[in-house]
Amino acid sequence: MSTETLQDLPRSPGVWAQAWARLKNDRVGMVSLAVTVFFIGLVVLAQLGWVAKDWQKEVGTPFAAPHWVGKISDGSQTAVVDSIAGPNLDISDVDPLASRYKEWAERAAQFKATTIQKSDTLPLGGDQLGRDVLSKAIKGAQVSITVGLAAALAATLIGTVLGAIGGYFGGRVGDFLEWVYNVFTAIPYILLVFALAAVLKSGPLANTLGSGAWTVVIILSLVGWTGIYRLVRSEYMKHRSREYVRAAEAIGASHASRMFTHILPNISHVVLVQLSLHVVGFIKAEVILSFLGLGVPIDMVSWGTMLSEAQTELVQGKWWQLVAATVFMASFVTAFALLTDALRDALDPKLR
Amino acid sequence: MFPYILRRVWQMVPTLLGVILLIFFLFKFFGGDPVEIMAGLKASPERIASLRAQLGLDKSVWEQLWVFVQQIFSFNWGKSWSTNEAVSDIFASRLPATLTIMVPILVLEVVLAIAAGLAVAYVRGSLTDRAIMIISTVALSISFLVYIIVGQFLFGFVLGWFPVQGWSNSVWTNLAIYAPLPVFLAVLVSLAPQTRLYRSFFLDEIGQDYVRTARAKGVSENAILLKHVLRNAMIPILTNVATGLPGVFIGSFLIEVFFSIPGLGREIVTAVNRSDYPVIQAATVYLAALTMVINLITDVLYKFVDPRVSLK
Repeated sequence: MSTETLQDLPRSPGVWAQAWARLKNDRVGMVSLAVTVFFIGLVVLAQLGWVAKDWQKEVGTPFAAPHWVGKISDGSQTAVVDSIAGPNLDISDVDPLASRYKEWAERAAQFKATTIQKSDTLPLGGDQLGRDVLSKAIKGAQVSITVGLAAALAATLIGTVLGAIGGYFGGRVGDFLEWVYNVFTAIPYILLVFALAAVLKSGPLANTLGSGAWTVVIILSLVGWTGIYRLVRSEYMKHRSREYVRAAEAIGASHASRMFTHILPNISHVVLVQLSLHVVGFIKAEVILSFLGLGVPIDMVSWGTMLSEAQTELVQGKWWQLVAATVFMASFVTAFALLTDALRDALDPKLR
Repeated sequence: MFPYILRRVWQMVPTLLGVILLIFFLFKFFGGDPVEIMAGLKASPERIASLRAQLGLDKSVWEQLWVFVQQIFSFNWGKSWSTNEAVSDIFASRLPATLTIMVPILVLEVVLAIAAGLAVAYVRGSLTDRAIMIISTVALSISFLVYIIVGQFLFGFVLGWFPVQGWSNSVWTNLAIYAPLPVFLAVLVSLAPQTRLYRSFFLDEIGQDYVRTARAKGVSENAILLKHVLRNAMIPILTNVATGLPGVFIGSFLIEVFFSIPGLGREIVTAVNRSDYPVIQAATVYLAALTMVINLITDVLYKFVDPRVSLK
């Protein structure tokens, strides 16, 4: 067959183009994709410092109400003391500090103190210190989503590489990896998280890692890789003796090349769906870990730390931080979960 | 049956060994220095030396591992590093509170979700069915934390139906007064997703040929669901319950933290915050062993639930 006739043949769209075409017809999928892209954009902007940079600034009065609620007066008033009657006695002749007042006044004048006009209402209200809840929610989205994505990527990487090795080679290596898998899954999920948190909190690694959000990423990815490993392994076992892999072997492709350039693209849809499933799970886990004080440090804000502050605020009737964190988290998680469903349908039409 | 159980127990040995090695080396190599945790940074050299001897840290790693294994099988973990309470006492005294909360949660959850799942499977495809699916998707996306915070505030603080938190020494007082709110909240949160899960189990069975045959010979829809479908769906139901069973012993640590219930879950969270390694190690190893035993019992139960299952 000459190249000309090959070019004349109708080109069949690739697997990704087909998936995209299917996804475009899924209305729920497209809406959730839009919401997800919006949040990711917000995360990027926050990361670059373009939005929510000043989330730590106390721009409002403590517990400033949201705009539409209006200023809430709790009945307390600053006491105004009437000026004391009588002449102001001049005691400079007996005051031992009298000579230094002028010097101090000069020195104090060298420092500029700006009083920030604290507003009584903020777009979504303020927290205990008067920080803007909207900025906090955006900054919290940045931290929570970044941690969720990073942990899911790391877990997928571990699971895919180990699953590929275990499923492709089988034999002793496969048995060993199965043993490791059994050990990790024998320990209840949450206990493994706690054990790792305890170790990373007080161990020698705590100094190198700091108490940053990376600890959470490490914990979640070390605990979460098992499901992905299992799936990838079974896919590799199915694929390793397929004809296209044997053909690759015949033309001299190495093991690594067969594993990662031939088989991996053919199972990448499985990996992608697993990745996005884990993002949702890890975001929820990060929120709970941060709430328990095992997550992000106190100088950062995540949806979890916002919720833990909200617990005490609610009793005082300050509900806006709770609502803001909940709405932000619920909309992202719902959109992402629906997107995952749509992706699964689009990538694997046989599943329906 | 007996050879099967024996073989399964034999297969547990390497896994349990792996768990022991993992936990031991995790804490040994990546954990903090026990002496530093216990004595602080300003301890005198004599105190450090005596603590090292006391904890056996002056021995070789392999001797320490052997001591660790002995601790596991003798149930003697020594004392908590922070409270000096015997670790076995901690477990014995915290477990009842956890069980008081978790057993009602598990029972209610399974019974209600099966009933709701059957009901939804009965009206499959209708508006109710779709409404439940949407509710459970949205409900799942809100953090468990929010439900507890709002529930505790609403039912305990605003409406005053239940005490906000508390615990007593009497099991009956606990069950009657302090447990209802946490149990209610936990069941409320898990009901929607569990219903969805059970619905899918039942729908899998409803599509089977035997259901069509039963319909063809005029069996009522109720009888089909309750006698045929429910029985055949027992295997996934059993699997699902077994997955949740180890959690009964850890307890929902979040619920225990929120409602100040002196249970095992809260104890473990406290232990993590205090770097109280013996408590965490003991909990991890024993619950891993318990999980394996529960899995074995589940597999054996499959045989009783469904005679077609062959154990090999």
